[in-house]
Amino acid sequence: MSEHFIDLGGRRYRFDDLGALMAAASPRRSGDELAGIAAASAEARAIAQMALAELPLATFLEEPLIPYEDDEVTRLILDRHDRDAFAPVAGFSVGEFRNWLLSERADATSLARLAPGLTPEMVAAVSKLMRVQDLVLVGRKCEVVTRFRNTLGLPGRLSTRLQPNHPTDDAAGIAASILDGLLYASGDAVIGINPATDNTGTVVTLLKMLDEIIARYEIPTQSCVLTHVTTAIEAIERGAPTDLVFQSIAGTEAANRGFGIDLALLREGREAALSLGRGTVGDNVMYFETGQGSALSADAHHGLDQQTLEARAYAVAREFEPLLVNTVVGFIGPEYLFDGKQIIRAGLEDHFCGKLLGVPMGCDICYTNHAEADQDDMDMLLTLLGAAGCNYIMGIPGADDIMLNYQTTSFHDALYLRQLLDRRPAPEFEAWLDASGIYRHGQGIAFANELPARFQHVLADLGEQT
Amino acid sequence: MTQRDDDSVVVANPWQRLRELTDARIGLGRSGGSLTTRAQLAFQLDHARARDAVHMALDTERMMPELDERFPLALRLHSRAADRDEYLRRPDLGRQLSETAAAEIGALNADACDVSICIVDGLSARAIHEQAIPFLEALAPEIESLGLTLGPVALVEQGRVAIGDPIGEALGARMSVVMIGERPGLSSPDSLGLYFTWAPRTGRRDSERNCISNVRPRGLSYRNAAKLLAYLMREAQVLGASGVALKDDSEVDSRLGDGRQGNFLLPPQA
Repeated sequence: MSEHFIDLGGRRYRFDDLGALMAAASPRRSGDELAGIAAASAEARAIAQMALAELPLATFLEEPLIPYEDDEVTRLILDRHDRDAFAPVAGFSVGEFRNWLLSERADATSLARLAPGLTPEMVAAVSKLMRVQDLVLVGRKCEVVTRFRNTLGLPGRLSTRLQPNHPTDDAAGIAASILDGLLYASGDAVIGINPATDNTGTVVTLLKMLDEIIARYEIPTQSCVLTHVTTAIEAIERGAPTDLVFQSIAGTEAANRGFGIDLALLREGREAALSLGRGTVGDNVMYFETGQGSALSADAHHGLDQQTLEARAYAVAREFEPLLVNTVVGFIGPEYLFDGKQIIRAGLEDHFCGKLLGVPMGCDICYTNHAEADQDDMDMLLTLLGAAGCNYIMGIPGADDIMLNYQTTSFHDALYLRQLLDRRPAPEFEAWLDASGIYRHGQGIAFANELPARFQHVLADLGEQT
Repeated sequence: MTQRDDDSVVVANPWQRLRELTDARIGLGRSGGSLTTRAQLAFQLDHARARDAVHMALDTERMMPELDERFPLALRLHSRAADRDEYLRRPDLGRQLSETAAAEIGALNADACDVSICIVDGLSARAIHEQAIPFLEALAPEIESLGLTLGPVALVEQGRVAIGDPIGEALGARMSVVMIGERPGLSSPDSLGLYFTWAPRTGRRDSERNCISNVRPRGLSYRNAAKLLAYLMREAQVLGASGVALKDDSEVDSRLGDGRQGNFLLPPQA
């Protein structure tokens, strides 16, 4: 690895290698400080950003941050790099690339064409030179559309994952949250349960349950039980009606090993889901979650900053043409993102980097109770991500996940964003909401004291059961 | 005083009775598409309580006499994290004993024992204040019926799970139980976690431990948690290991059944 330097005011500032330069140029966050790689001072950070701005983009193709021989994620990134797609920006420095992204020349079409020519390191580098408004504006220019039983990511749309978690996977408890969510117009991205156990039998039962609910109420959406990919494969072998295969992923081979996966296993999971042919309008069958700090927490960070490693996880994601990818931005805790300010910035960086790489980014806008953050911080990130054209957010009753013990966005939060920014649900789901008398765009929730006809029997049946 | 909502503006949800089925915040109603004042204030109160739980100091003055009563020797130890702020930023320091604590426990020259129990504040001292003693009461007969010997109990401030490793190692324990305050949820600021490790020693990986979570009156009962822990202790002695190698097959089937019982969204199975 070669040394990098910049001469400024008669002084030469040195950085041991490209990874050290990237880390020093990263906006301040607790995870990089914990790893001992953050800039030593505010001035050192600003100078590193100047040095990074002068670096040719093509350097990242010549100087891998983790050696090609050591890491299959590096091999994936370099083997898949499309030189023709890269051509329009091949002569740029990182700073010039920022200017180009903000210019009129970068629009939905040129950015989509460019995506296969970009590596995670390039987009991570340019994000470090960007302010929040830049991250929002460029994120907004990108369009990444995916399909399974509906169409996600179209301009002017905002979708939600209905997350009906229950601490003991109780069927009635899960059903209560699903009904609540549907009646608040949530669930077009996916109805996705985090199960309390990784037990295959339980996973199969939950998948059947979700499948029957979607069929009975003719909901144009997909389901997912967020279990390990090996459990999902086993469930498919047992005949479970599986729409999407889920996995948490990270940006290094070693961190992925910590998750008990590698690229071959993800490929196997995708093939298993594709073999079922359950998509009606498309075959994007994978759902990935990521989050800054996962590699450090697995002691697999190779001395790199957590934001660059996060962007590398999106290179893993895009290989498998996912329907959904979201960063779980504030979940991992304050040792990685200390407060609301760090969480907000990280959420916008993640969305920006994912979208530039052609990944259908959503965001779990969230925080834990040991982070210095609150609902006001989440409102800021929510509003900014809405402006940035985020594909989807989470939806949960009252923002309180009683199974995972953290706060994410509520059904009400999505209604706020739809109202404020004129964002519609996915078209197929919007038509279902309209026909069901649940929600009409511009009007909001379309019923008051009487349940929509499709669900009227529910409370009556419940009365008989109890 | 409870904030009242104005019925002419606020829309209540007719499915509020489903709240009997879950602690999730369903059927909150709405004003326009937004949260009602009442729901907003209730959330803020719960968040404030969870925050307070994170920052509440462990009441060692109250806990030590309780432990002295129940164990031949009770140690009061501290991690290398000086205070809560450092604890939150530096998980590595919360896994190590302070120099004083390491010296104190080293000087004991304790006889080898079967089980070392560590009671650690973690992210909720409140969980320790409220659940630790009743759980120990439930655990005592289980340990006795297994015929296991207990080493000194350690009460640890600013600690993480892995701090049980150097403690168990210094005490010559065959296995270690860490009782720790879990990350407080909005609806559960008082949740106790139990981590079981066979042959504790510094450097053990998380995959070498078994975890029993959500021990509290509204979660897993003390008795069931103690029984599950006893099961792990028994099996670990046979296997000579804990963690992923030691599968929890003790659990009775969940209440899930075939996913239809109580699931009012689906018709009962014909």
